[in-house]
Amino acid sequence: MSDAGDTNDTVLSVRSGRLSFGERTLWSDLDLDLRRGEFLTVLGSNGSGKSSLLKAVLGLQRLTAGSITIDGRTVTHGDRHVGYVPQQRLIPPGTPMRGRDLVALGLDGHRPGLPMLGRREARRRVTEMIEAAGATGYADRPVGRLSGGEQQRLRVAQALVGDPSVLLCDEPLLSLDLQQQRAVSALIDARRRSHGTPVVFVTHDVNPILAATDRILYFANGRHRLGTPDEVLRSDVLSELYGTPVEVARIRGRVVVLGTPDDAHCEADHGDQVHQRWAG
Amino acid sequence: MTHLLPLVGPEGWARVFNFEDYGRLLQLVQYSLLAAAVLGVVGGIVGVFVMQRDMAFAVHGISELSFAGAAAALLLGTSVVAGSLVGSVVAAVAIGLLGPRARDRNSVIGVLMPFGLGLGILFLALYDGRASSKFGLLTGQIISVDGPQLGWLIAICAVALAIVLVIWRPLLFDSLDPDVAAARGVPVRTVSLLFMVALGLVVSVAVQIVGALLVLALLVTPAAAALRVSASPVVVPVLAASFAVLAAVGGILLALGGSLPISPYVTTISFLTYLVCRVVGSVGTRT
Repeated sequence: MSDAGDTNDTVLSVRSGRLSFGERTLWSDLDLDLRRGEFLTVLGSNGSGKSSLLKAVLGLQRLTAGSITIDGRTVTHGDRHVGYVPQQRLIPPGTPMRGRDLVALGLDGHRPGLPMLGRREARRRVTEMIEAAGATGYADRPVGRLSGGEQQRLRVAQALVGDPSVLLCDEPLLSLDLQQQRAVSALIDARRRSHGTPVVFVTHDVNPILAATDRILYFANGRHRLGTPDEVLRSDVLSELYGTPVEVARIRGRVVVLGTPDDAHCEADHGDQVHQRWAG
Repeated sequence: MTHLLPLVGPEGWARVFNFEDYGRLLQLVQYSLLAAAVLGVVGGIVGVFVMQRDMAFAVHGISELSFAGAAAALLLGTSVVAGSLVGSVVAAVAIGLLGPRARDRNSVIGVLMPFGLGLGILFLALYDGRASSKFGLLTGQIISVDGPQLGWLIAICAVALAIVLVIWRPLLFDSLDPDVAAARGVPVRTVSLLFMVALGLVVSVAVQIVGALLVLALLVTPAAAALRVSASPVVVPVLAASFAVLAAVGGILLALGGSLPISPYVTTISFLTYLVCRVVGSVGTRT
């Protein structure tokens, strides 16, 4: 699956998707086919419906209209064929859990009963996944004592250990430093290349994953654009989408989008969102 | 002041420690000891989840409403165990229904708790029975709980333990990362509510044994102590349960030798365990 563009087998499919809350429509007429091994990056302002799209794919948010299927099946509530990596949120130091236990929850955390009783097969899969995530060195240490980047690698391993059909990531790089961002995104990228697991990656900042991105889904103003980075990250395309002049600049390989409505107070918004996550 | 018994000098020590007739006393309280041990096991284990879910304040709130229920039962002449059970399960489920947001939850508990405590005090004021029954609800009265009621306390603990054992893994997942647990198909609301029911059950028993004001000594301190010395998902619940049993059973055994209520013994043992664990935890690296 080194070249996702050659394959045509669709894993995730959204047909005429619409999501409204009362009068407010976040997005509508969304048609999306995610192919095996494809890396889709989802961009847009706060509240434009990026995370709601993930919730809808997880079956936790009902679409107002349209349908979502994975491997041809309609998604169910808390779909176990979907892997999910949340925003980085520090695990409290006193949490009685090792890295290994956190990964194992991705395999059997939904089952009743006590953890880790027997099941050699499960233990083997957890160990393999930890190895693949390059987390063997700290897998037996208390999770609350690991760095944000180490915790996030374990969360990716947790999302992947059940061998999901699709991997969803909701701002997984937030508040990680540059090196940690690279390690975590490389891990996600490697998996879709080795196993063909397609990725839907919601983010504020496209730059850490620009090289991996096959297509971009950009939400703004209740509308969206879908296409390759070169097709979407253009001044004319985004100006039309936002309805105001927006400038897309490429500086030393980095993409900078200027003039979007939430551009001026970007930092404040950012902080707010983190805050809400904590409260929620 | 002559009516006050001295707490210093030889006479005073006899109130704190006096082990004459100890064997005979021990026989009288063997079922109380059994109830305390069972409560210790369940309370210690539930406490680990209380710590992870940041619910210490909720435990306190539930115990105050459990006290109100018990006081109402005392006034109505019905079973105190049933009264405290109804009070704490209703409170626990109500808090559970408020949802997971700790800040909202705490403010509602802060509003409910004094109301419950006030109701309880009103019921006690209206009740004209034995004064020791009144005081016992706040500070513990295990010795005065009779045989059939002790059987009920043990049964309630067993039900709570069964609930926790069944939901253990999804509860662990939900305590760690509720969003991810929901994404993985964990019925997070059901699991949270079941945990609250189990918590309510345990609190209602703890109110009978150490009293409403001191429930935290068995539901929070042992788990907090265990978390100081280990981060293992196996060692922490085992240690927490052992510490809680030590405090509950040890407290009764020591109280038998004096004329003081059991609560100060229970809380002191519990607190000392915590202090020792803090020291051990800061010296050694955690396993």
